[in-house]
Amino acid sequence: MENCPCIEAAGPINKTSFILAWSPVLKLIAENLTIDRGGRRVFQDLSFTLDQGTALVVTGANGIGKSSLLRTLAGLVSLAGGDIRLEGGQADRLPFEQTHYFGHQDAVKPALSVLENLTFWRSFSAATPADVFAGKTVAPLEALELLGIAHTAHLPAAYLSAGQKRRLSLSRLLVTPRPIWLMDEPTSALDKASEKQLLDLMNGHLASGGLIVTATHTDLALDTTSILHMRTPDPSEIAPQEMLS
Amino acid sequence: MAFWDYANPTRFLRLVHVVLPWLTGLCVLAFAAGLYMSFFTAPEDYQQGDTVRIMYIHVPAAWLCMMCYTVMSISSIGTLVWKHPLADVSAKSAAPIGAAFTFMALVTGSLWGKPMWGTYWVWDARLTSVLVLLIMYLGLMTLWRTMEDPIKAGKAAAVLTLVGALNLPIIKFSVDWWNTLHQPASVVRMDGPTIHPDILWPLLVMAIAFTLLFFVLHLMAMRNEILRRRVRALRLRAASASHPGAAAATAQPAE
Amino acid sequence: MTGWALDLFQRDLKLSVRIGGSALVGVLFFLAVVTVIPFGVGPDLNLLARIGPAILWIGALLATLLGLDRVFQADREDGTLDLMLMAGRPLELVVLIKCLAHWVATGLPLVIAAPLLAIFLNLEPLAMGAVTLTLLAGTPALTLIGAIGASLTVSLRRGGLLLAVLVVPLAIPVLIFGVSAADAAIHDPVPFLTPFLILCALTLIAAVVGPVASAMALRFSAD
Repeated sequence: MENCPCIEAAGPINKTSFILAWSPVLKLIAENLTIDRGGRRVFQDLSFTLDQGTALVVTGANGIGKSSLLRTLAGLVSLAGGDIRLEGGQADRLPFEQTHYFGHQDAVKPALSVLENLTFWRSFSAATPADVFAGKTVAPLEALELLGIAHTAHLPAAYLSAGQKRRLSLSRLLVTPRPIWLMDEPTSALDKASEKQLLDLMNGHLASGGLIVTATHTDLALDTTSILHMRTPDPSEIAPQEMLS
Repeated sequence: MAFWDYANPTRFLRLVHVVLPWLTGLCVLAFAAGLYMSFFTAPEDYQQGDTVRIMYIHVPAAWLCMMCYTVMSISSIGTLVWKHPLADVSAKSAAPIGAAFTFMALVTGSLWGKPMWGTYWVWDARLTSVLVLLIMYLGLMTLWRTMEDPIKAGKAAAVLTLVGALNLPIIKFSVDWWNTLHQPASVVRMDGPTIHPDILWPLLVMAIAFTLLFFVLHLMAMRNEILRRRVRALRLRAASASHPGAAAATAQPAE
Repeated sequence: MTGWALDLFQRDLKLSVRIGGSALVGVLFFLAVVTVIPFGVGPDLNLLARIGPAILWIGALLATLLGLDRVFQADREDGTLDLMLMAGRPLELVVLIKCLAHWVATGLPLVIAAPLLAIFLNLEPLAMGAVTLTLLAGTPALTLIGAIGASLTVSLRRGGLLLAVLVVPLAIPVLIFGVSAADAAIHDPVPFLTPFLILCALTLIAAVVGPVASAMALRFSAD
């Protein structure tokens, strides 16, 4: 069977007159990804290539496998087939170890203070050295300042609202530089102002040579995007024996 | 001013501010008198010698660990029936004090038991019941610590306290029964039908001193708990404040 | 390299201490188990002194198992585990450090409480010391073996009971050598060192097998 027709990849859309200030050395390549979850084939033979400084926006109906795709890229779901590579990244690290995952769960410990939460992740997540991409390291307090929750730094994270926890989780991406950001519905629980901050951060990440893969329902005003639209394949296109395999 | 007006924590704090120094003074006086009487005027036991003086600590502590549970039970009724805002504060702050007195009763009991029984611990009916009471106190304290929301925790703990209050006589009865089943010979009982006045007076003064101590500690603990809840409320407000300056000012109020 | 390990250790320790005082609950459970046994067997002090080391060991085993179900589950529920898998740190080492922190927060208090509880069981000072020493050497093994069960049941809602069922058979050797070492110290002719060294060996084996197996199970659990 040829490439699963459920994928339509559109070319890069340059929304601004954006000039690449670097030669695109970083390249995330996914080849023929196939995922089974709970005995069900979520998708198969999904391929795409993502260049440095580009965001891949994954769209599609609920339950189509957007989250699964992101979790696969994060190395959390094992592949039934296919390959994920990061060209130009650190050779001794797997692609997902150079990746930030910003998913539905905030990974915020209510019993720790906001700053303790953040400094732990800064120390625990291995950083990808700066020569690969130009992402700069932001100090924890500065990151909290950027996201407008610096005044909560010494309060227990239990006292934060859902949106504040979300922003704390987001600040994690700033304190450890990693080239790839995987963002699953990044705007959920954020108000308009925070959404704007989020977009600025994402554009900043792209501008410094990062890559973003995001699954979203809302239109994000990102500088450079490709679109990956996932849709259900016709039942006739998947042979029954393949679904069982 | 009606009694119910003291339900207001602010008014309660003001009252505590006035009452506490007097109560503390009384407590110190009672202890001075009680300790003097129990160490110098009370007679030695003809069998146990000076070790009998442990009784003047042990018996009041044992009496207090029961009284403290009673206070907690009444407070729990206050929480569940009248939803009195200070009731769960009272119950919560009484628990560690009760546990401390229970622990003291156990330690002094086993120290007293060492010369009498030859070992620090026997599974005597009284000691065992008190040990069960200690476990209940500690369990209640843990329940309070585990629940983040003080109101919810207060209700849960109130239910457990009342169930415990109903169960305590049953526990006491079954432990007695279990103990006599295994040990027909009764252990030395320290309170005979008649107590000589020379022993009774120091004991009574010590009991009063301990009771005063309980109230001093209880009022202090309640005050601290109210302040702790205020700090929590302020910090919650600080977290939601959008102005960092205002938040910084309220984040650490003086305790 | 050591920086993140220390931070992880401190974080886990802080979390255990701050959330409901897990150390206190474990010790309390230990106390409850030890208190309940005389109600079953009767208050005969000689009998209690004879079976005292066994009671303490079984109490410690149960208390350890009780606290283990949250080791990884709490991290999984809020998404922390996902990020830990992606952190680029050796997962086996992460598990080992988490176990160590968990042991310090819950296992060590049991060891410290053991001499006190030994008083209830009328143990001689020598026996008290022996039981405490064997618990000190053996409880890390219980935590490390228990971690395997904890990571296998990490995605289950009511994993605690299953964890106990899974881990108890694996913990039997530790129990056997722990109790027999303690007994050997009390009854003169039997050498103490032989079972004690085997107990230490079991802990060392568990320090290797536990993290490797749990890391494997945790990797599968993310799916």
